[in-house]
Amino acid sequence: MALVLNLLVQIAQMALVLAIAPLFTGYVRKVKAHLLRRQGPPLVQPYRELLRLLRKDVVLANTASWVFRVAPYLIFATTWVAASLIPTFATGLIFSYAADMIAIVALLGSARFMLALAGLDVGTSFGGIGSSREMLIASLAEPAMLMVVFTLSLLAGSTQLSSIAASLQASDVGLRFSLALALIGLTMVAIAENSRIPVDNPATHLELTMVHEAMILEYSGRHLALIEAAASLKLLLYVSVIACVFFPWGIAVSGQGLVAYLGGVGVYVLKLAAAGFLLAVFETATAKMRVFRVPDFLGAALMLGFLAALLLFVTMAG
Amino acid sequence: MALEGLLWCIGGLLATSMAAVPAARLRAGSPMVYGAALCLSVVALGIAAASLFIGHSLLGALTLPVGLPWLGAHFRLDSLAAFFLVVVNLGATTASIYGIGYGRHEETPGRVLPFFPAFLAAMNLVVLADDAFTFLFAWEFMSLASWALVMAHHRRPGNAAAGYLYLIMASFGTLALLFAFGLLAGPAGGYAFDAIRAAPPGAGAAAAVLVLALIGAGSKAGLVPLHVWLPLAHPAAPSHVSALMSGVMTKVAVYGVVRIVFDLLGVPTWWAGALVALLGGVTAVMGVLHALMEHDLKRLLAYHTVENIGIIFIGLGLALAFGANGMRTAAALALTAALFHVFNHSVFKSLLFFGSGAVLTATGERDMEHLGGLIHRMPLTAFAFLIGSAAISALPPFNGFVSEWLTFQAILLSPGLPQWLLKFLVPAIGALLALSAALAAACFVKAFGVTFLGRPRTDAARNAAETDRWSLATMFILGAICLVAGILPGYFIDALAPVAHVLAGAHLPRQGELDWLTIIPVAQSRSSYNGLLLFLIIALAAGLGVEVIHRWASDELRRSAPWDCGFPDSSPATQYTAGSFSQPIRRVFGSVVFRAREEVRMPPPGDLQAAQMHVRMRDLLWDALYAPVTRLVGFVADQLNKVQFLSIRAYLTLVFSALVVLLMVLAVWH
Amino acid sequence: MDPLALDVAHLFAGGLVLVSFMLLYQDRMTGLVNTFALHALVVSLSVAWQAHIQHAPHLYITAAIALIVKAIIIPLALHRIIVQLGIHRTIETVVGIGQTMLAGIGLVALSIMVMLPITAKAGTLTQQDLAFALAVLLLGLLMMISRRNAVSQVIGFMSIENGLILAATGAKGMPLVVEISVAFSILIALIVIGVFLFRIRESFDTVDIHALHEYRGEQP
Repeated sequence: MALVLNLLVQIAQMALVLAIAPLFTGYVRKVKAHLLRRQGPPLVQPYRELLRLLRKDVVLANTASWVFRVAPYLIFATTWVAASLIPTFATGLIFSYAADMIAIVALLGSARFMLALAGLDVGTSFGGIGSSREMLIASLAEPAMLMVVFTLSLLAGSTQLSSIAASLQASDVGLRFSLALALIGLTMVAIAENSRIPVDNPATHLELTMVHEAMILEYSGRHLALIEAAASLKLLLYVSVIACVFFPWGIAVSGQGLVAYLGGVGVYVLKLAAAGFLLAVFETATAKMRVFRVPDFLGAALMLGFLAALLLFVTMAG
Repeated sequence: MALEGLLWCIGGLLATSMAAVPAARLRAGSPMVYGAALCLSVVALGIAAASLFIGHSLLGALTLPVGLPWLGAHFRLDSLAAFFLVVVNLGATTASIYGIGYGRHEETPGRVLPFFPAFLAAMNLVVLADDAFTFLFAWEFMSLASWALVMAHHRRPGNAAAGYLYLIMASFGTLALLFAFGLLAGPAGGYAFDAIRAAPPGAGAAAAVLVLALIGAGSKAGLVPLHVWLPLAHPAAPSHVSALMSGVMTKVAVYGVVRIVFDLLGVPTWWAGALVALLGGVTAVMGVLHALMEHDLKRLLAYHTVENIGIIFIGLGLALAFGANGMRTAAALALTAALFHVFNHSVFKSLLFFGSGAVLTATGERDMEHLGGLIHRMPLTAFAFLIGSAAISALPPFNGFVSEWLTFQAILLSPGLPQWLLKFLVPAIGALLALSAALAAACFVKAFGVTFLGRPRTDAARNAAETDRWSLATMFILGAICLVAGILPGYFIDALAPVAHVLAGAHLPRQGELDWLTIIPVAQSRSSYNGLLLFLIIALAAGLGVEVIHRWASDELRRSAPWDCGFPDSSPATQYTAGSFSQPIRRVFGSVVFRAREEVRMPPPGDLQAAQMHVRMRDLLWDALYAPVTRLVGFVADQLNKVQFLSIRAYLTLVFSALVVLLMVLAVWH
Repeated sequence: MDPLALDVAHLFAGGLVLVSFMLLYQDRMTGLVNTFALHALVVSLSVAWQAHIQHAPHLYITAAIALIVKAIIIPLALHRIIVQLGIHRTIETVVGIGQTMLAGIGLVALSIMVMLPITAKAGTLTQQDLAFALAVLLLGLLMMISRRNAVSQVIGFMSIENGLILAATGAKGMPLVVEISVAFSILIALIVIGVFLFRIRESFDTVDIHALHEYRGEQP
């Protein structure tokens, strides 16, 4: 009986994450528009876009293979599963022990692998640009992510997100400078991985400024809907990680009951609102970097992660 | 009993090798030889697997009265040997099945067939050897057999030079191992491993033995800076032999290092762990960066072998460091991760080499820039190659991810190490490991994408045909093993427990009985991974997506020309090539590591010639290490050459002076 | 010692190391001078906090001097020099920014490895401050050797001095006289260097070190 209840809560989290991701994307767009003194599209516009795309025909290039057709489903499935393994309103859910932070990053890597292959599949130069730049960014972002995970594991003694959240919430951590450095590093990695300004422009259609948009240029119809949904889920995933690890207050623990869960959902929505606002402000205030400044940017994230670990070593030795 | 069975299998392989000399002339000779090798390898695989799982009752030692009169030939089957025999014979089995189909295309079977079973026999013999003489004899036999196979197509350009370099490096490695064993045997001269185990060497000698073992066996495995022969020699051999050399022979070299350093040397020192792990980290990154710059499919795979050997050595170094500090369970974790990666790499590297062999026979091309669009002509090969690429890029739910995850978990245990250098070095090596994993994924997107996806660039690619069913069967078997090892890793970790116990003094908790088949290497609170559950949830999510969308949303699909932003170009030359795909990475990393410089030569306006882009790269290791040694050897040889052209009087003077000098020495010394 | 006090001291010392890295990351002159102002601000805040927890009021004066002279006067002077010399360009580096920062991380690790075992008997606060001060010193030296522009070398030199201040206050007890004299000598050195820079600029039309080497007839 307890097993069935736990399973239901986990499925509820999966549904919540899928439902709220397009809303988050719409919210960020709306805030950006207001900052630019525009009205902007309505909050539910991403849902309308997804429904519209789902109903349209797929136009497939002559040279596309089965990889092109299968990739959107696999990308969507892996990203959705990864996003549902992150604690949003409650920690310790039944599937959360199947994968720790390293496994979640690797699941996103699987999605990226399929996306890059799909970019190369049709045999145009745009797909090639997107794929090669995406793999460059990924190759620099992964070591930075690992250093952040290392710092968190030093502090919390675990790489499981539920355990990290619990330990950082409960213990007397105090003013840990290394946590601030790790937060900045993780934010930089998140910006790079989600193709946000200043690394990539999610609203562009100029080939020289595209990374993510270039890889999905040939997609249409339901395939494009799945990939857009996966991109929203990925953004929500990174924001959830930052919220759950660095601001863990208000998360319920598995088994505490429905009231605690609902409270957790409320706190989660508030955290999302704050994060979306900050993201929109940051994107409006910065300009996009040229592509070969991105290695310096991600290199700085790696250095921050290293520095955080080194500083932690010093405090833990003393 | 198991040991005698294995020795009979080895004898059978040697007999097959001798019978292959006349059989090569028959038309049915090739399948017969490969079939015999297959049967013997399957038997050996079964015996080895049984020994690994059942343990004590089947293990043992044996001495045969061959070889040196006062030493004999010692053989021993313990858990470590059983595990490596499983790896060797699994590779041998799949290579033999592949050979049945592939061998039909061989123009000169007489140069390949006799040496193939001999190569298999030699590798088995190295793993079973229990004294220094048998070990070195089998090692040299393995090198010579593989050299003969590398030289099988000696008329192709570059193969002869590759074979020559291989011979030099192999001899150099054996020399280093000879010194190592000499130091281990000590002044008493006891060459049997039992005698060496009973009398471990002192600190200075142990350090020298470690370095010599790393040079000797490490060069055969492909550690930087001794890896230069590997990307030249491995691709030169026929494809199934390349798979054996990359996937299996390098693991036999790893076995050599493990046997000498973990078993014969006794208690390790912490700086030994630092050295090995650092070498492993540098090897991993250098290997994958070289692989990214390559256009030749087989050479790319060979450089990737170098990278994965680096990952294995990172695990071994960590095990040494933990063991030196008495952290036994952590050492067992690191060792299990390294050995699991040994198994995984041999499986997916063989799969990838078989795939490239299939592409080679179908199109006659090894260069990726002349291929493309093969997924439409060779769909099954493409699918198998995709599974291999996903596995080697460490993507869940395949097996490559599990061994890298275990290595990361071992790295995360490093704050418990007391030495400050290790505390800082291990996270840095972790960053190098993450970097190499991400670059490996980039490399295989390039390899699979440029070769199989896109549009065909030449007629050879346009007219390719699918390979024979033996090759396909092998590739799918290996792909299935990749998936199973990724989904059910707990059983593999349990199988490695006796090996870890022998070498590190502890083993990981039993994984097979955990709930839902999760693996928990250290403690539940610390981290856990459940490959099966992840695989099932992803499959369910994908299935749900397909079902919901096809039922309630659109199901329509139509074909048309590519959108290409409104500028469709029918020439396949406009798509991305291997060089252009790796250009960002070449610019960021290659400009430092390889001094990569790009130069574009534009024709003057009005000239209809195409513009040309030249990329110049230098292998700094070759310039710094090998080129000076070559020049020195050449210089010395030139000086010595003068002795060839003296007059008769000069020769007589030489003889006279030598005699006088020796008599003087005798007089002074006496 | 009160853990909150320790944490705040750690925050400032670590922050100083972080700002030293930010100095290495800059590729424009104005950004460099502003980051140096931040560097001096962090050092003065750190000294002020030390004054609070060590109950040493004379350190407040040190903090005030650092703030006024190094965070306000010198950056303003440098901005004027830059405008008058006309060198608003990017800073040329000897090796890429990525490699410089990698070397910087190695230097931080080295200083921790050196300092922590040596100061094992002293208190936690002293240990941390000394280790980070050595790191800031080494990073300042790295900046001096990896830049080709004379002004950025001057800034590296002054960031070394900030590291020394951190070390001196962390080791409990720095006489005010020493601080005043050091600060004045830095100011005088800066004025002299500024004068020289103007002379060099007038004669050769550039302050790029490599160009100066060529005029001397040496290989760059």
